[in-house]
Amino acid sequence: MDLDALGRCVSTASCLVTQTTSGLIAGLLLFLVAAGLTLIFGVLKVVNFAHGTFYMLGGYIAFTTLQVTESYTLAVLAGGAAMAVFGIFFERALIARVYGQDVLMQLLVCYAVVLIFDDLVKMVWGADFLAMGMPPAFQVPPLFIAGGIVPPFYAVLIGIALVIAIALAASLSGTRAGKTVLAAAQNPTMVSALGVNTDRLFAVVFAIGAALAGLGGALAAPVRSLTPGMGFSVLIDSFIVTVIGGMGSIAGALLASVGVGLIRGFGTIGFPTFTDGLIYVAMIIVLLLRPTGLFGREVV
Amino acid sequence: MSAVLEVSGLEVFYGASQILFGIDLKIEQGQTMALLGRNGAGKSTTMKAIAGVVAPRAGRIAFGGKQMAGMKPYAVARLGLAYVPEDRQVFPEHTVRDNLLIAAKKGPQGQDEWTVSRIWQVLPLLERLRDRPAGRLSGGEQQALVIGRALMGNPTMLLLDEPSEGLAPIVVSSIGDLLRALRAQGATVLIAEQNMHFCLGVASDAVVIDKGKIVYRDNIAGLRENAEVRSQYLAM
Ligand SMILES: Nc1ncnc2c1ncn2[C@@H]1O[C@H](COP(=O)(O)OP(=O)(O)OP(=O)(O)O)[C@@H](O)[C@H]1O
Ligand SMILES: [Mg+2]
Repeated sequence: MDLDALGRCVSTASCLVTQTTSGLIAGLLLFLVAAGLTLIFGVLKVVNFAHGTFYMLGGYIAFTTLQVTESYTLAVLAGGAAMAVFGIFFERALIARVYGQDVLMQLLVCYAVVLIFDDLVKMVWGADFLAMGMPPAFQVPPLFIAGGIVPPFYAVLIGIALVIAIALAASLSGTRAGKTVLAAAQNPTMVSALGVNTDRLFAVVFAIGAALAGLGGALAAPVRSLTPGMGFSVLIDSFIVTVIGGMGSIAGALLASVGVGLIRGFGTIGFPTFTDGLIYVAMIIVLLLRPTGLFGREVV
Repeated sequence: MSAVLEVSGLEVFYGASQILFGIDLKIEQGQTMALLGRNGAGKSTTMKAIAGVVAPRAGRIAFGGKQMAGMKPYAVARLGLAYVPEDRQVFPEHTVRDNLLIAAKKGPQGQDEWTVSRIWQVLPLLERLRDRPAGRLSGGEQQALVIGRALMGNPTMLLLDEPSEGLAPIVVSSIGDLLRALRAQGATVLIAEQNMHFCLGVASDAVVIDKGKIVYRDNIAGLRENAEVRSQYLAM
């Protein structure tokens, strides 16, 4: 524990800016993945244990797309779109068979997919760490904000993640399709009885959730290394965020992700050996005060 | 006249217990058919099976000549059958207007006469409540809303499960007015009810169900005259 260092950082503008930005990008990348997880759980009532796999595949697909096309924009879109398509097949072929079943059945199906794709990634991309590196467009001098270093890529990441968060929230609460999704989350049978093809609706929601994870992986690739099995720690973090924010709540996922990111950003300075521990402590405190999470509702 | 809805030999089980023992029903264009019976007679189960909400074990359900037993609820709805469940099932957190909009669709032949503004005309109480979450409406307001919601799909036939249940007499009579108005326009309706008086006022025909079987069928005047059936099966 090094509270002096933490105190020095918090009272220095440059350190404050640097740690806040790195905490924010960690948090917002996590949000993209966790938002997909919580959306899938909220609407389909399925715990998608394979969510980290979408994140991993999104990263690897972006890696190869960048190598081939030299366009990072295309790489990110490819990572998201490939996972949307993969998500539709995964939901129709596997998840649709375990709706309403024991969560252990869901776990089994998802875990099989996790293992298969970890090995497939090893076969295609190798077992070693891969580094995408900063895309050429972002190999420019960093911004200095109040003396703190902010790589332009970080600023862009924060912008993209916020745009996605706002677009997601606005389309759920402000469009007819989004309202139908929210109604189906609570009463799928009635929504179906009104003539809405709920099978297709569920597949689309799953695809959006998978695409968010794929986008998260593609956007994270320049700042993290790629490795088979990288989805696991992201999955755990996403679960933590979902539990803190409240299962099924997008706003909760945003708040909790940013909170977790900031705890990481400043925790590494004040509590270098206990950063993950801090996050669990935060989760326990939230759960003690609000057992359903910040924005959660009683699950019937 | 040809039957719009024809149910034959319908059997439904919940787990191991059989609830419906071969229901036969025939509803013609423009009829308002009352499906009457005591508590637990199998009215709601019949309605759910027609709507595709529960899957029948045996039997045929033909709508406009098309077989639909075993279809998913949305496929049934798209054929033009709108289902209003007994417990109403409004979307409680959505506003009245959003409840209607979620249900908006064209009818099976492209009909689009029902719009939100037309619902406001026939159910004026809803317009005042348009921005209120449906979960905060009274029972009667919710009943009006779910009938409006069913109409938003421009159906060719309505399935109403106990629309008068638990409602104040004044509300029951205004729902009765709406059903009579729909009937005058040629709507085809199947209403499950325990409230025979309500049905005498709105229905053209009646069938009585008891222990999962149809035990009586006639036009509504026939039922009105038949004290024996009424006392034996309807506890009146
Ligand atoms: N989900 C279910 N599981 C098991 N049994 C059920 C279920 N739903 C209904 N039943 C039983 O099926 C029988 C018929 O029920 P149904 O709801 O069709 O009757 P109903 O005529 O609509 O009665 P009410 O007038 O009370 O609405 C009853 O004995 C009921 O207990
Ligand atoms: Mg009933």
